[in-house]
Amino acid sequence: MSTLHTVNKSPFERGSLASALAHALPGDAVLLIEDAVVGVRAGETAAAQALKAAMPGCAIHVLGPDLAARGIAADGVVDGVTIVDYGGFVDLAAAHDKVQAWL
Amino acid sequence: MEDLGGLVVKFAVVVNEGPYTHQASDTAYQFTKSALDKGHEIFRVFFYHDGVNNATRLTVPPQDERNVQKNWSELAEKHSLDMVVCIAAAQRRGILDADEAKRHGKGDGSANIAPGFRISGLGQLIEAGIQADRLVVFGD
Amino acid sequence: MSDSKRFLYVNRKAPHGTVYALESLEVVLIGAAFEQDVSLAFLDDGVFQLVKRQVTTGIGVKNFAPTYRALGDYDVKKLFVERESLEERGLTEDDLMEVTHENDDEEDVSSIEIVDRARMAEIMAAQDVVLSF
Repeated sequence: MSTLHTVNKSPFERGSLASALAHALPGDAVLLIEDAVVGVRAGETAAAQALKAAMPGCAIHVLGPDLAARGIAADGVVDGVTIVDYGGFVDLAAAHDKVQAWL
Repeated sequence: MEDLGGLVVKFAVVVNEGPYTHQASDTAYQFTKSALDKGHEIFRVFFYHDGVNNATRLTVPPQDERNVQKNWSELAEKHSLDMVVCIAAAQRRGILDADEAKRHGKGDGSANIAPGFRISGLGQLIEAGIQADRLVVFGD
Repeated sequence: MSDSKRFLYVNRKAPHGTVYALESLEVVLIGAAFEQDVSLAFLDDGVFQLVKRQVTTGIGVKNFAPTYRALGDYDVKKLFVERESLEERGLTEDDLMEVTHENDDEEDVSSIEIVDRARMAEIMAAQDVVLSF
């Protein structure tokens, strides 16, 4: 039983990402969408550190179209984070037993 | 992650936010469209909370902008999607079909539900959770 | 395989500021008729939904908090509240309303179980369907 956790809030504004990471189990995946993508920029931010700490027990993915829309370059994301498109989102949802949204 | 190797998954999609203020409905639409493009099945799209506002035919967005309601309606027509609007949430927010408009004395022509959407109860959400392989929620 | 699924309703938002807590509760009540294995999770600001002595007359909205106490009548018996979320907000179990159901011996027992974060993660992992609002 593995779960795809989706997070759509900026980690600089809300605690959704921290909460999702605190409840994700090894083998789960986290997908950042919408405003949550601002948290994957590489750098010395608390969000980047939290994501690094969560890997590799938990795979971290980010929705590419949301990154592009917010002016974040694909090569500027935290090492190890995988960029997916909407089709990749569907694949992740299909590959895990359930999807849990951290709204 | 297991390799499903082309297996068809039956998805249920829940949309909890209205169009334009929040991206949730757009993301849900892109997800649904991609899932269908990949050959998966969409058991139902359920609109709840302010998500019911996606179902009004009275929106008139500027011509150079996306029309969220129209996108959903066209996707539903193309793929025979079952798009259900929660009746309790819809009544609170003024989304009516012809029967509801009549029942509440709102006058002829006040039904505003867009093509492809139907109004029904919350039981349809639970049923979607039971019947679908995966339920995916989009909201705020 | 059993034909009932494990449904978890995840509540992470405080009540009254937005409609989510109320409309989530409405789903739980309707869903109860479907005889699934239902659990409710209260974490983050969602723990405020169960705080006792909510008075909404001053804000002019209907108080739906008493409805939680009726959940037992709908056979909804598992309300998991995260201990860390309570502590982070300066709350204890004593700040929560009493929610009970009748057990097999016809005794009223608490439906609320305080669980730590690790246990909450396990509870979430064990579900078939997770509904978040």
